[in-house]
Amino acid sequence: MEHVQLGRGDTDFIRAVETESGQKVSRCYQCGNCTAGCPMSFTYDFTVSRIMRLIQLGQKNTVLSSKAVWMCASCESCSTRCPNHIEVARILDVCRHMSRRAGFGGARNVRLFADAFLQSVRWHGQSHELGLMAVYKLLSMRLFDDLTLAPDMLLKNKLPFKPHRIKGRDEVAGIFRRYAQGRGLHGGGKK
Amino acid sequence: MSAKTYAYYSGCSGSGTSKEYDLSTRALCAALGITLADVPDWSCCGSTPAHMVDHALSAALSARNLAQSEQLGLDDFVTPCPSCLKNTHNAIEQMRDPGFRKEVDRLTMRPLARKHRAFSVLQLIYEEVTPEGLALKIKKPLHGLKLAAYYGCLLTRPGRSMRFDDEENPVSMDRLLEAAGAGMLPFPLKVECCGGSFGIPRGDVVARLSGRILELACSMGADALVVACPLCQMNLDLRQKQIRSAVRLNFHLPVFYYTQLLGLALGLPEDQILLDKLVTDPKPALAKIEIIRPPDVPAQPAKEVPA
Repeated sequence: MEHVQLGRGDTDFIRAVETESGQKVSRCYQCGNCTAGCPMSFTYDFTVSRIMRLIQLGQKNTVLSSKAVWMCASCESCSTRCPNHIEVARILDVCRHMSRRAGFGGARNVRLFADAFLQSVRWHGQSHELGLMAVYKLLSMRLFDDLTLAPDMLLKNKLPFKPHRIKGRDEVAGIFRRYAQGRGLHGGGKK
Repeated sequence: MSAKTYAYYSGCSGSGTSKEYDLSTRALCAALGITLADVPDWSCCGSTPAHMVDHALSAALSARNLAQSEQLGLDDFVTPCPSCLKNTHNAIEQMRDPGFRKEVDRLTMRPLARKHRAFSVLQLIYEEVTPEGLALKIKKPLHGLKLAAYYGCLLTRPGRSMRFDDEENPVSMDRLLEAAGAGMLPFPLKVECCGGSFGIPRGDVVARLSGRILELACSMGADALVVACPLCQMNLDLRQKQIRSAVRLNFHLPVFYYTQLLGLALGLPEDQILLDKLVTDPKPALAKIEIIRPPDVPAQPAKEVPA
């Protein structure tokens, strides 16, 4: 297990996590139930209960640069089993937002896949599987991943070549544009 | 049953990787007397990537679809996809906070006028048709078929928010399939994660998590897995070949959508349930239907069939 040299607690960070997630992190009493049920722990640098503790201690950089906040699959096992009804998965989600905004790379391919997916939605109004795979492969340079799946998908006619462009795609693009412009309340940005 | 109409949101995968889920859902609902009206010109809910980036952005993408559903004059929004459901459901829930709602309205520029409710088609069938009601309509019972129902993470969790079935031990699919005559195994991994959207960026994660699900279902003697989620289905079925070589086990387990099997039991034709879209060949499993085993003989574990 990795050791953490505790830095000075950043109380603004604790408050920001609480505001953006609507959760009280101080309610966590470190029972470890979240970690016990977490299916993604094997990919994490810090287990989810340690992430909760690090947030309580205001360890902003350690949390936001952790792999754990990027590898969470949002399966809600932690939120379901928390005896204090903390929405743990939402807290991890919020940390991932902060990590992205603060420019921590995170798990690179996970971030790039999300980018490619949303780009597809922005262009067409709906996600287009073949197109977003192409964008992801170019961004990540993982050109040969999953090529073995293509024959089955083509054979079963499950991979439309052309994206379905919805009529309201400009409206959808507008949502992304306004989001990128002023991130008022929750988008937050530079805190 | 109510004669109500529900706003139907098929979700993006319904036009591609999970066509068979969308079509069989529509056919099943029609056969059960449930009227679905497509949300006009719907857009993507943003799925996992959107809520990974920002909650207001994610909610805004869902709110646009709710706004589109208002054109139908309907409040009840149903979708077969648990990921779309989760996003729509969270959007409705989080928008109860006036500050959050204001930000979402700023993004969509279309404030919602109605009070919306979002739920899964599974919930609709389970609660409106009920297993007892379904049993009366079964034409071709699935006798002899041993199934493991796999619900995935999102459909019922967390219970305080999703308010459907049991969060740790959901039974809705089991009960419906039982009503259709199938034998349901008590599957312990029914809500364990399959790896979700990590399939593309981290195939190793999906191989490990989905591999465990397939392996256990096989060793319990299941003829097939039954799912209600396009992403779970894709991970477990389309990626089964990948998973086989990653975990070095030789399982061939078909992964049905529950709507396909219920449709089959209702006697719906193949072009409405599209069993030929499944990658892992379902024929050996389907051949077991009608072969009624003597009740006392314990089930044989599935043989590992060579590739």
